[in-house]
Amino acid sequence: MTADPRWSEALQLLPDYLGSHLRVSLTALALGAGLSFPLALKARHRPLLRSVLLAVASVVQTVPGLALLALFYPLLLFASALAMRGAGISFSAFGFLPAVLALALYSMLPVLRNTITGLHGIDPGLIEAARGVGMTSRQRLTMVELPLALPVIMAGLRTAAVWVIGTATLSTPIGQTSLGNYIFSGLQTQNWVFVLFGCAAAAILALVVDALLALIAQGLAQRSRMRLALGIGGGLALIAVVLAPALPHPRGTYVVGAKTFTEQYVLAALLADRIKAAGHDTTMREGLGSSVIFAALKAGDVDVYVDYSGTLWTNTLHHREIPPRGDLLAALKDDLEASGVTLAGKLGFENAYVLAMTRQRAAALGIRSIADLAHHPELGIAGDYEFFARPEWAALRDAYGLSFRAERQMQPDFMYAAAAVGEVDVIAGYSSDGQIAQHDLVVLDDPKGAIPPYDAVVLISPGRRRDDALQKALAPLYGRIDITAMREANLHAAQGGGDASPQAVARWLWKRTAPASPAASSSGSIRRSSAP
Amino acid sequence: MPDPAPPTIAFEHVTKSFGHAGGSAVADVSLEVARGEFLSIVGASGAGKTTLLRLAARLIAPDRGTVRIDGTDVRERDPVALRRTIGIVFQNGALFPHMSVAENIGITPKLAGVRAAEIAARVDRLIDLVRLDGGSHRARFPHELSGGERQRVAVARALANNPSIVLMDEPFGALDPLTRDALGEDYVHLHRGLSLTTVMITHDITEALLLSDRIAVMQAGRLVAAGTPAELAASVDAYVAELLGTPRRQIARLAAFLPPPGAPSGAPP
Repeated sequence: MTADPRWSEALQLLPDYLGSHLRVSLTALALGAGLSFPLALKARHRPLLRSVLLAVASVVQTVPGLALLALFYPLLLFASALAMRGAGISFSAFGFLPAVLALALYSMLPVLRNTITGLHGIDPGLIEAARGVGMTSRQRLTMVELPLALPVIMAGLRTAAVWVIGTATLSTPIGQTSLGNYIFSGLQTQNWVFVLFGCAAAAILALVVDALLALIAQGLAQRSRMRLALGIGGGLALIAVVLAPALPHPRGTYVVGAKTFTEQYVLAALLADRIKAAGHDTTMREGLGSSVIFAALKAGDVDVYVDYSGTLWTNTLHHREIPPRGDLLAALKDDLEASGVTLAGKLGFENAYVLAMTRQRAAALGIRSIADLAHHPELGIAGDYEFFARPEWAALRDAYGLSFRAERQMQPDFMYAAAAVGEVDVIAGYSSDGQIAQHDLVVLDDPKGAIPPYDAVVLISPGRRRDDALQKALAPLYGRIDITAMREANLHAAQGGGDASPQAVARWLWKRTAPASPAASSSGSIRRSSAP
Repeated sequence: MPDPAPPTIAFEHVTKSFGHAGGSAVADVSLEVARGEFLSIVGASGAGKTTLLRLAARLIAPDRGTVRIDGTDVRERDPVALRRTIGIVFQNGALFPHMSVAENIGITPKLAGVRAAEIAARVDRLIDLVRLDGGSHRARFPHELSGGERQRVAVARALANNPSIVLMDEPFGALDPLTRDALGEDYVHLHRGLSLTTVMITHDITEALLLSDRIAVMQAGRLVAAGTPAELAASVDAYVAELLGTPRRQIARLAAFLPPPGAPSGAPP
């Protein structure tokens, strides 16, 4: 454990992740408290407003954090389109803004509730005394009510801070870098060091902010200048940490995106390596949701990432008919071009959805193709988090008249093992995943061609379409990555271990797929024609 | 035209009732308090004593009738400005728990915009006046004081803005008998020395008889009698007679336990 390179790798990422995490958390907390505090003051003598506010805040609290964050993305996308059309104002619906808004909403309940409760719980005798000595209602609030309610109000703020810092780890999928990046990428690449590191960092950060707020609260209540100074000083130091990395933000940096599964992490690292080798900076935006990442590319928040032709064809462009591979790719390229997105080239391999099951079980049930599955409604199927909601699944089900006893969603990396031990009968796996072979699963034929082709293609944002430097840097990748190499790479990355970081695997993949030169021809490499 | 020398406080046919909110109703109360007078209001709990006091400070407004201070209807005055000219000692002191003794006392001049140096001097004087120890009490907080000390601070706070009227709601009620006697007498000296007009609520007729010039008796929201102890003694009202008889009956019962002054202590008669 002593020399595990993953620890130092995690440490290297810390300034970026921690700074971004703090930036989004503190902004959200300030916004949430800044909204709820005046609302609570307004509501203190209005029972109806008070009940409505508390009810709304409570309902918001029951929405899971991840869902709330996910909801703000399309909401802002819509608002952004309206603002563009209406006022010509453009803002990014990606990353910081939706995360801040969702987290601010999330932080409102404790501040609202504690401020209202704190003000409500003051001895009426003291309120009467405050009136009796001749205080105006404003003086009563600032000189008596707020000081007396302060401990309760600060307790609410502390609860909100801990919630927001914890929930901010979930803002990774909507494009906000946070300590959640450790957790999401760690989970995808079986890097438990990262998961642990992310959890611990978020917990320590929450405790530190909580302790600073406690110091400020005590300093105010006990009029201890020392505590107050320590608390405020610590807070300012945190804010300095937040602002420091924001200042020297290099422009012209290429933003490389990745979705939420292992292969994407490896490919993003591969793209970044090429861009860096050409002498440019890169910024990673990893763990993005499938639809988030394409919208982010279109909006210019992500410059380049790898997607799959079938996914784009059916999910993004909503086509129902599936033309042959070459026609689909050409039509896709044209369609994307119309919205400004450049399909720069295909990497060479295909990562298709495939239905797979153990060799033994398939043989026992006499199942060879997907068509045979229709006779076995007693079987259960598992897929990744989005598979059953995708049009491909609906198309597949209709084409073969499939019905299963149960449809289960699973973390993709665990799916293959689950099939191997009989936990599920059939899985919707990825054809480029080395685990299919590792667990001795057989891929079922698709005689009706219901599943579209899924060529891995590099997409470039509208803003970078004429960026020759980027095109040149990426050109060597087109047609270079064959399915065998990709499978090996995925298997390697998914198994984890010290030298299995996506970066290390990407470097290995680059070397492994070096084109055979006349001098040193390697048997494993396959030469392919370049981009369509 | 108002009387050339109007009473300091005048209740004219004042009626106030409360819905479900807290407070005891008063009905058709007329009562005058002359300048420099010490008036006690006695009666059982729920008789409406506190309500009368709150009406005088315009903390609540009457449903019917008029309350005048120095001849002016309180409704015609800004309530905040009015309250700053009146000193109030609330039930149980109601000191602000987050303020020190000096800040509690200094709050009324501070609200009136008095300079900080002047406030500090006034606070020192008042701490002496109510016989607290400036050195040890000034910086303490209410929870660090005894009950008697808290009431002395409450009196000092009421006097800090140099009022001519002081309203006190059972100021010495929750104290032990010795502290209570000492505080009561100390206050009477202040009342005379500062030429105050004082209205004090108490449920203790003995305290009222010992401290005040005149006593008003309330029962179930109505004023049943008001006058000097001698005038009240002549009252034919059964409740008043019962009330005034209380101290005499207590003396008679106590005489059975206590040896007469001068007798050797502990020796049986």
